[in-house]
Amino acid sequence: MKWFHLPFLALLGFRKRAEGKQAKLAEETYYTATQFQLMWWKFRRHRLAIVGSIILGIFVFIMIFCEFLAPYDPQSRNSDYIFGSPQKVHLFDDQGKFQGLFVYGVETVFDRESMQIVQTEDRDVIYKIRFFSRGEPYKMWGIIRTDLHLFTAENGFVHLFGTDNLGRDVFSRILYGTRTSLSIGLIGIFISFIIGLLMGGISGYFGGALDNLIQRLIEFINVIPTLPLWMSLAAALPKEWSPIRVYFMVTIILSFISWTTLARRVRGKLISMREEDFVFAARIAGSSDLRIIIRHMLPAFLSYIIVDLTVEFPYMILGETTLSFIGLGLREPVVSWGVLLQASQNVKAIEQHPWLFIPAAFVIVSVLAFSLVGDGMRDAADPYSQ
Amino acid sequence: MLSEQRILVEVKNLRKFFPVRRGTFGLTKKFVRAVDDVSFVIYRGETLGLVGESGSGKTTTGRLLLRGYEPTAGSVIYHLPDAEAMDIMTMTKRQLWEFRKHAQMIFQDPYSSLNPRMTVRDIIAEPLIATKSARGEDVSQRVIETAKRCQLSIEHLRRYPHAFSGGQRQRIGIARALVLQPQFIVCDEPVSALDVSIQAQILNLLKDLQTEFGLTYLFIAHDLSVVEHICNRVGVMYLGNLVEMAATEELFYHPLHPYTEALMSSIPEADPKVKMQPIKLSGEIPSPIDPPSGCAFHPRCQYAQSICAESKPEWRELAPGHFVACHFAESLQLRGFVG
Repeated sequence: MKWFHLPFLALLGFRKRAEGKQAKLAEETYYTATQFQLMWWKFRRHRLAIVGSIILGIFVFIMIFCEFLAPYDPQSRNSDYIFGSPQKVHLFDDQGKFQGLFVYGVETVFDRESMQIVQTEDRDVIYKIRFFSRGEPYKMWGIIRTDLHLFTAENGFVHLFGTDNLGRDVFSRILYGTRTSLSIGLIGIFISFIIGLLMGGISGYFGGALDNLIQRLIEFINVIPTLPLWMSLAAALPKEWSPIRVYFMVTIILSFISWTTLARRVRGKLISMREEDFVFAARIAGSSDLRIIIRHMLPAFLSYIIVDLTVEFPYMILGETTLSFIGLGLREPVVSWGVLLQASQNVKAIEQHPWLFIPAAFVIVSVLAFSLVGDGMRDAADPYSQ
Repeated sequence: MLSEQRILVEVKNLRKFFPVRRGTFGLTKKFVRAVDDVSFVIYRGETLGLVGESGSGKTTTGRLLLRGYEPTAGSVIYHLPDAEAMDIMTMTKRQLWEFRKHAQMIFQDPYSSLNPRMTVRDIIAEPLIATKSARGEDVSQRVIETAKRCQLSIEHLRRYPHAFSGGQRQRIGIARALVLQPQFIVCDEPVSALDVSIQAQILNLLKDLQTEFGLTYLFIAHDLSVVEHICNRVGVMYLGNLVEMAATEELFYHPLHPYTEALMSSIPEADPKVKMQPIKLSGEIPSPIDPPSGCAFHPRCQYAQSICAESKPEWRELAPGHFVACHFAESLQLRGFVG
């Protein structure tokens, strides 16, 4: 060892001491961690759940800002491009010259051999994609009048996911559909949360005959196959109702069935919690019923309820999609994933317009994301179980 | 024995039946006779032990003494100093709430008895806030004092229960019971969930606190050596009934009830040369839903005779301070603890 080693050794020693200090600090953070911190730490270890929540974050973003993100209004038609296939986005033109993001124009010819209209890229026409550009005017959240879009095509059109039978932009329609489908899920979950909490609360708190009645009602609802029940309820909606009214009724129909799981969970938790030692201790300590419920019981089972709601969410989305797909749920001009998929209900769509199936991918991805997040949350819900 | 025999708690004919539903659709209603006609007194400043198998009703008795359950029948009368005697079973909600300051409880399971979602400070402060005994700075002050007295360090107050071991958690539980400075504490098997090395610490803490604050304990346990260590008097419970109650030494060396004799013979002997002769009770403890007729212990009693199945023995004071419920308490020659 030479003299010039000394500073390094000193540094090493210092590092080591700092590490020890840090470990102690980390320990203290663990000891003073609240329930939600502990849950977050446990959730974070679940990689897939993190991926799921990022995807959900994107969906929520789409849901909130769909008018801005979509280049077109869901109802506006492009008569030059009916049943158009998705346009490819390019960076370089045929001469290899960099042009920025752009799409080629479209040439429509009638093929006499197959007796069909064929659309091909017109390599001479270039529509450049401009970001934060002016396009069709719209009202943000129905309030702010503007015409700013995330992107539009200069002097032409851009249809990333193609167009449908009326020349409407599928990409824009999916974004608007995301808003409808997710909001149905959210509102439906909210309603079933209220019903479930109320029914489960009454059942678990009062017990006796009332409990018996509610539990038998839940069993009755559960034994009826879901799809026929949905169908009969949805079919009972008058045809002349406005789309908005139908939208709310469909939401209520969906939550009418899904509250049962939650009610059971709340009841079970209430009953087991009543016997919990720390609840008894609180009573002996002189806490009032209200204080016990709010301070001791509610925090203990809130996390479970949130998990249940997350797990329930995909069923809501699937329910809406199913109902709309078979034509009993939402109807045009309301745009939802189910309504969009209704257009792909024939062989012709599979054969000639496969891009009409793209909404299905959104349904699958969102349901998967919710399930992953639900899984992660279930593991994290009780951070005190070892 | 205690020099001054002033009664603090008087329990009279206490009963608690829990309804259970049996049969198809739960149509037949039956009762678990958890506590079936129990009477005794607790003197000021003493530690009264309550022993028995699990299911004998000792925990229920303890909880009834604080009106944690609504009793089926009977009364629990408190003779607090500077106050009139009061029966907590006939109290209104408001009166009961006032009364909570005088009697508290320590629980068996240090894990389930602390709310994991509250900091130690909030747990200990809960009785103060709930009974409105203190507010603002005063709460913190009293929490810190009590925590110190229970050998908890002040830095620990910010932590949550998950940071602690069983022994430390039990200290938190004791601090919670102590913070209101009650007269009487029900200790429901406070050490049975702990390691033996920790048990002694907690027991000594309880003893110290008793001398310091003049506390009275009802000490529920099933470990007889713990009971011998801490209790002045001991009551033995079997199937919801008290079968015997006496001063600790008297009960250990001169039991008058066959069940007590069997219990005493089962205490492990520290000296390996002494041969143990435990009395093996045949069969299981009967169901408290359909307890045996007459004396509840008669199906397992080696001295049982026909009268034991017919009539329930009276709870009587055979010698001063020595209560027993057995038809043949005078005639039987029973062995006590040999050690």
